[in-house]
Amino acid sequence: MKFYRSHILVSINETSLAAGVQEFITALRNELAKNDLAEEINILETGPLGFFGRGICLTVYPENINYEGVKIEDIPELVQEHFLKGRPVKRLMVGVTEKFSPKFNYENRIVLRNSGIIDPENIDDYIGAGGYVALEKALTNMQPNDIIAEVKKSGLKGRGGAAFPAGLKWSFTSALDVPQKYVVVNADEGEPGTFKDRLIMEGDPHQLLEGIILCARAVGASKAYIYIRGEYKLCIARLEKAIKQAYDYGILGKNIFDSGFDLDIELKIGAGAYVCGEETALIESLEGNRGTPRWKPPFPGVEGLWKAPTIVNNVETLANVPFIIAKGADEFLQYGTPDCPGTKVYTILGDVAYPGLCEVDMGTTLRTIINDYAGGMKKGFRFKAALVGGAAGVILPDRLLDVKMDFTSLNQYSAVLGSGAILVLNEHQSIVDLLWSILRFFRHESCGKCSPCKNGTQQLYQLISKIRKGNGTMEDVNLMLLIAETMQQTSFCALGQSPIMAVRSAIENFTDEFIEITKK
Amino acid sequence: MIKEICQKYAPRKDNLIQILHEIQDQDPQHYISPEAVDTVAEYLDIPVNHIYGVLTFYTMYSTKPRGKNIIRLCESPPCYIKGSDNMLRKLKVLLGINIGETTKDGLFTLEFTSCLGVCGNAPVMMINDDVYGDLTEEKVEEIIERIRGRR
Repeated sequence: MKFYRSHILVSINETSLAAGVQEFITALRNELAKNDLAEEINILETGPLGFFGRGICLTVYPENINYEGVKIEDIPELVQEHFLKGRPVKRLMVGVTEKFSPKFNYENRIVLRNSGIIDPENIDDYIGAGGYVALEKALTNMQPNDIIAEVKKSGLKGRGGAAFPAGLKWSFTSALDVPQKYVVVNADEGEPGTFKDRLIMEGDPHQLLEGIILCARAVGASKAYIYIRGEYKLCIARLEKAIKQAYDYGILGKNIFDSGFDLDIELKIGAGAYVCGEETALIESLEGNRGTPRWKPPFPGVEGLWKAPTIVNNVETLANVPFIIAKGADEFLQYGTPDCPGTKVYTILGDVAYPGLCEVDMGTTLRTIINDYAGGMKKGFRFKAALVGGAAGVILPDRLLDVKMDFTSLNQYSAVLGSGAILVLNEHQSIVDLLWSILRFFRHESCGKCSPCKNGTQQLYQLISKIRKGNGTMEDVNLMLLIAETMQQTSFCALGQSPIMAVRSAIENFTDEFIEITKK
Repeated sequence: MIKEICQKYAPRKDNLIQILHEIQDQDPQHYISPEAVDTVAEYLDIPVNHIYGVLTFYTMYSTKPRGKNIIRLCESPPCYIKGSDNMLRKLKVLLGINIGETTKDGLFTLEFTSCLGVCGNAPVMMINDDVYGDLTEEKVEEIIERIRGRR
C-alpha cells in the first residue's frame, strides 16, 4: 500500500453529486498536481461522512478536519493554506463559526463504522477494515444453528419499524425442511424523512452483502434478492459493483470458501410504491404483480416468494449481523439498552443546525440526538415538535424530549421508533398543516386493496383539508380520531393501521391548535 | 427494439417490472406505449390486463407520452414544511403547466413524487436521474433556464 502524508475524504452521495462533486474532484486533483502534492496527498471518494453539511463535504486525515459547502473557487485557497502551509481554512470548517462541534462518534458505531472511511467501491478496503471475517468464521467454524443462536442472543430487533426479533424470525424458517428458501432484503426505503438505508448502502455496500450471506447460510437459502427503490441510482450502481466484486473473489456463487454453500444475490429495482415496504406487498412486487399486501398468516418466513419460505429483513438489520458474528453477541450487548441492544441510525431533518445522520445507542434521548448530533436548533428558532418515525410515526411535543429512543420506551407513550426519521419543527410551524401533508401522503399511497384504508385515507384527507382552511369544527376533529381508530382496527395491512399514530399524537399533544383553528 | 429488450430477460413474469423499466428508460418520450404492452404480454405470456394493472399501480411508469425532462417534485412532509408548495407554484408559472402535464414544446413534464430520501436538502426535486436540493424559487428558475438553453 502506498503511503500518503494526508488523505482527503470526499463524500460522494446524492447531495454532493447535485453540487457537482465530480468536477470538483477533477479540479482538486489538478490543483494538487500543480503544487507537486499528487504523490503526498490522496483523494478518496467515499460514502457519507457522518455529518451533513451543505453541498460538497470533505474530511482531511490525519487532522480530522471537516469542511462543508466547498466550491471549486475555494480549491486554490484550500491547497495553499491547508495542504502547503498546514493552516486549515476556518471559514469552510464545519461548526467552527457557530461555536459548535458536532460529534462524529465513530467509536460508537456499528453499521456506519466504515462509512466515510473506506472506499465503498473497493472490496479490498472493506476486507482491510475487517470485512468478511464474520463470513469466514461462520462458514468454517459455525453451524447454521450457531449463527441463529448468536443472533438470538444479541437481541437484534428488526430495524425497519416493526422491531421483530431477527434471530427468532430466522429460526422459524431455518427449521423448515424444503428444497428452496429465499432471503429478501427490503431496501424499498419510502418512509418520508428516512434515508438511513441509502446511506448504509452508499457508504458500505459490502457490509450489507456480508449480512445477507450470513442470513442465507443461517436459514439455508440459496438465492437472495435486494429489492431497492428505483430512485436510489447511486446505491444501485454501488451494489451492482459490490456484487460483481464478491463473485470475482468467490464470496458469492458456488461453494463459497469451499464450504459447499452456494448463494446468488440479485438486485431488483422497484417502481415507486410506498406500500411495497410492507413485506408481503414487496413479495407480490418481486413476483411481477401490483404491490398489494397478502393475508398473514402464513407469514413469509413459512410461505413467501413463490410460496417458498422467505426471510424479509431491512437493510439496517442485516448490516448489523457481520458485527454480531465477528465480535460476538456479548460485544453487541454492550450497546443500547437491555431490552433493545445495539445502535440505531437516525436521519435528523428540519429546523436543526446540521440536518443529517447519526448512529447512536438505542435509548439515547431525543434531546441528546438533537443537541449533540444535529447541533441543536437552527439559530433563531425554538423547538416546537418532532415527527418521529416518518409519516407512520408520531408528533412529539417538547415535554417528551427526554423520552428514551428505543422500541420499548417509546411504546409507553403509544409512540413508535419506526424507521428512525426525526423531523424537527420550529415554533412558527403549524401542526395542522403538517398533519395535512402526512394525510395527503397516505391518501396517495393507499394501495386500494381494502376499504377501510382506501376510503379512510380519503376521508381523513378531506377532513383535515376542511379544518386547515378554517371551515372545520371540533366534531370534525373527533371524527378524524374515530376514522383513524377504525382504520387501525380493520385495515388489511400496516399502512391503513398507521395514520392513527400521527392523527392521535397531533390532536392530543397540540389540542389548542385544533381548538383555535376550529373556532368560529 | 421492444422485443430486443424483452429478450435480455428470461420470459418469466417476475421480470415484468425490470422489462418495463428498461423500455420506458429507452423510449424518447419516457412512456410505455400500447404496442410495447402487447409485445411484452406476448413475450411473457401474460394478459395485457395484468400489465396495465402493474403500469398504473407504480408511480414511476407512464402510459402517456411525456416530455424530454421529467420533473418530479417531492410532496412529502419534510419537503412540504420546507416550502415545496412554493416551488410548485414557481414551476407552474415557469412552465405554464399543471401537475401531470407536458409543455407544448415537449421539453418538460411536471409530476409529484413521494419522498426521494434526500431530505437533508429539502425541498428537493429530481429531473430525470439528477437530484436538485436546497431549492429556492431563484434556484428553480435557474435550473429550468439552464435546461432550456441546453436543448
